[in-house]
Parts: sequence; C-alpha cells; structure tokens
Amino acid sequence: MTVPAIQVEKLTVTYDAEPVLWDIDLTVPQRVVMGLVGPNGAGKSTLLKSILDLTPKLAGQIKVLGQPFAANRKAIGYVPQRSSIDWDFPTTVLDLVVMGTYGRLGWFRRPGERERADAMAALKRLGMDAYAERQINELSGGQQQRAFLARAFVQDAPIYFLDEPFAGVDVPTEKLIVQLLHELRDEGKTIVVVQHDLKTVGEYLDQVSLINQTLVASGDVESSFSEQLIEETYSGRSRICSPIVKGDA
Amino acid sequence: MILWELLGDHTFRTVLLGTMGVGAVSGSIGCFAYLRRQSLVGDVVAHSSLLGIVLFFLISYWLTGEGSKSLFVLIPGAMVAGVLALGLSQWIVSCTSVRADSGLGVMLAIFFGTGIMLLRWVQKANPPIPGRRGLDSYLFGMAASMTWADLVMIAIVGVGSIAVMLLLWKELKVFTFDPLLAQSLGYRTRWLDWLMIGIFVNGIVIGIQCIGVVLIIAMLVAPAAAARQWTESLESMVVLAAVIGASCAAIGTVVSAVVSGIPTGPVIVLAGATVVLGSILFAPKRGILFGGRKRASAAMQVRFRESSK
Repeated sequence: MTVPAIQVEKLTVTYDAEPVLWDIDLTVPQRVVMGLVGPNGAGKSTLLKSILDLTPKLAGQIKVLGQPFAANRKAIGYVPQRSSIDWDFPTTVLDLVVMGTYGRLGWFRRPGERERADAMAALKRLGMDAYAERQINELSGGQQQRAFLARAFVQDAPIYFLDEPFAGVDVPTEKLIVQLLHELRDEGKTIVVVQHDLKTVGEYLDQVSLINQTLVASGDVESSFSEQLIEETYSGRSRICSPIVKGDA
Repeated sequence: MILWELLGDHTFRTVLLGTMGVGAVSGSIGCFAYLRRQSLVGDVVAHSSLLGIVLFFLISYWLTGEGSKSLFVLIPGAMVAGVLALGLSQWIVSCTSVRADSGLGVMLAIFFGTGIMLLRWVQKANPPIPGRRGLDSYLFGMAASMTWADLVMIAIVGVGSIAVMLLLWKELKVFTFDPLLAQSLGYRTRWLDWLMIGIFVNGIVIGIQCIGVVLIIAMLVAPAAAARQWTESLESMVVLAAVIGASCAAIGTVVSAVVSGIPTGPVIVLAGATVVLGSILFAPKRGILFGGRKRASAAMQVRFRESSK
C-alpha cells in the first residue's frame, strides 16, 4: 500500500486554555476527495491550519507523504477562506494567480512569460480567462473562488487543502469546482475540503471525517457518514439535515 | 524668476533635494503600510523616535562634550527607539490580554512622553548643554537646517531601503496581500514581518529632520492613499506615491522659501492632504464624484429593471 497523503497523530490544539482540537488521529489516503464535516467552531479550519503549521500545536505529529511536514511543506497547496484576504488590493486576476508560482521561483527571481502562461492555463480551466485583466475587486464571490482555485492549481501540489470553497458561491461555480476536484483526484491528487452542506456529502466526497473537537469518525462516506455518527458529531445542537447517505453514493 | 534665483542658492538646492528624496522614499514605502493597514505602527515608530533622538544627542554630549545634531547620530537613535517601542508593544500583547492597538498606543504615549520630558530637561539644564539649540525642531521639523552630511545620511538610508524593497519585491508583495499564502509557499513570514517593519522604520526616520516626528506619518500614508485611488497595480501605486510624495515635498519647500514665516514640514503635509482629498473626490473609478455616479446609475438600472417587470 502507498504512503498516506496526510497522517496526523495525537494532534491537540488550544486557544489560550480552551481546547479546539483534542487528540486527533487522522489518515488521509492518496487520490481521494476527503471532506471535513462538523458544526461551526468544531475546529475544521483549525485542523487544516495546524497541519500547515499556520497555527501552533500543543502536541502532535504531522506527516505529509510519509515525511515530516517541515521537509515536505510545498506538497500542500492551500486555498484559504475567501474572506481571509483584502479583495481591494490593487492587482489583477492574472497577477493573483501568478502569485501561486512564487514558491517555485525562489528568492529574488521575478515571474516571467512561463509563469504567466501557466496562470492563464489555470484560469482557462476555471472558465476565468476572460477576466484575466480585471481588478480582483470587480469579481463576484464565485469568480473570486475560481481565481483562488486557479492560484492553487499553478502551485501544482500533489495535495490540496480547501477551506470552505463552496461558501457564498453561485451554483454553476459550485458544480464546476466539484467537477474539477474530481478531475484532479483522477489525475492522482489528494484533496481535503472543509464542507458545510451535509446534503451534498455523498455526491461530492469519497471520504469524510466527522469532527467536533475530537475525531468522531473517518473513512468512506458509506461507512462513516451514518445518521448515528452525524448525530454524535452535532450532538445536542439543533440542525437541519435532509437525506443521509444514499446507499449507492 | 524667483524660482530660478532660489535654485541658484546652494542651501536651497540641498534642502529641496533632501525633502524631495524623503517624500519619494516615504511615499513609496508608505504603500505597504497603507495596504497592510499599519499606519498606527508607523505613527508609533515616528513618535517614539523622539526619545531615541534626545537620548543619542545626550550620549554624544557625554562622549564628546558637545551634543551632536548630525543625522548620522540621531537617525540610529530614532531607529533604536522606534523598533524598541514596537517590540515592547508586541511583547505586552503576547503575554497580557491587552489588544494590539492599545499596546501600540500605550508604547507611543510612554516613549513620546519620556522623549518630551527629556527634551525639556535638555533645553533647561543648567549649565546649558552645548549644541542643544534647535533640538526641539525635531518635533515639527526644520528643513532649512539640512546639511550635505544630512543629505548623505538620508540617501544611504533611503536608497538602502528602496533597494531591499525592489530585490524582495515579490516576497513583500505576496506577504502583504496574503500572509497565509506566503507562509504556505514556504516563506519565513516572521522574518518578512520584521524586514517590512525595518523598511517602515527607515521610511519614517529619514523624514524626522524636515517634517518632524509628529507629522512624518502623513508622508507615509497620504501619498499611498492618494495613489491608490488612481492605480490598479501595486507597481504603479508605488511609483505614483513616490511622485506624489516628492511633488508635495517640492511644493512645501518652495512655498516656505518664498513666503516668510511659513514652516516647510506642515506645508508639505498639507499639500499631501490636498492631493488625497482631490483624489478621493475626482479619481475616475474610485472617486466619490465619478465612481459614485457610476454606482448610482447601476442602482438606477436595477431599480428600473425591477419596476418594469
């Protein structure tokens, strides 16, 4: 069996004295689309950030493709929540996507024709090539998300983390993103998404991890996304959830 | 013409070169402060630097018997005090429940207050401290006192920080725009953060002589705020801010040379404020007048479409 894409062992994260994540053991195999599912404040984004070392950990080990994270940090392309940046920054869509290539350029070197061509190709894949010269503050929510994804694609990482890629985007964009994630998986990439909508879990994801401070369950959607486990994850909270797992999902 | 006469004057040329250089450097560096929303950080550095200026003046007095007002002595003092104030405020924020802006405010008050107190003491000390005269002009600036040696120091600090900014352009750009991306691309963001602060500090301390510690923050923020209204890329914004900064400096220097009794620093700052006001009113896309009209007409169309349904 191949090494897992991500292996998290005994991860604990706290903000001040409040535990956010508690003793998480999680394995993400290669070539899957895995969703992190759980209520608000369950620590889904924090899990992504602590794997990426963007948030301090109290305890825990992270391995990326069998290596410690520090040795393999460029293996993960990260798409943060759209709201995490200032969309009024003076830059064009193309320029935003070119920033994804900075990692491979190293210090001092400027992006050139090749980087711009790669960025255009990524924009084309997301149906955004017509917007290349637009200012980023002229984009709709869905277009912003597409531009963000294009930027991640030019990083050409084997693993992608997407924090709420479907938040506030239009339906066509959501469909396009899902289709792309499946294409990327078929090309051999591993994708981890934070997902809010429980209704689409069966349709969008191969694997699911149910999180609420602790890891409630993790594995194939068929086995892990059961009504009982979801109940446990969201325990005590009122929630609306229509169809649970379709048998043949 | 009076301008030609002025340009023939060696002192005036020195001062004009100095203020324009300061305007250009502070203006371009200020774009990063503006986009990172760190104007307050800049103001803390500026005000706190007074303490460093007075302390380094006193150190030079104890070492040589006469207090030095050379920028070679006072700029390092301003840098040390500015960085120390920022470091202390970060330390307070990290180990108490005080929030970042309050931490900065407290440090500004402590450093500036102590600076003012020491400055008073230096001026009133008996027997008088040699060289003390004119030290208080660092509060509001005294461009006319600029010497060639000061100009050389301004050039060293200014050219140095612009060179670093250009060399690490893409790193600083991505760090300013999206620190999370910068970190996930593998950049050492703690290091970039301090580098950025170092560049801010340089952009501030070179202006303490001609603008003064109280108003220099305007030279960091005003050209950037004005330039942002007209431009659509970081590159053009920085260039335009440098041009605006230098132009305002030139206006202030000429006006104060022609009209007697008008101080240079405040006129430079007022020129900057006027450009900002003009820009937010008249800029084609973002200005209140034309940008606003565009928004209004879009709203009108939506309303029309809805009413005709």
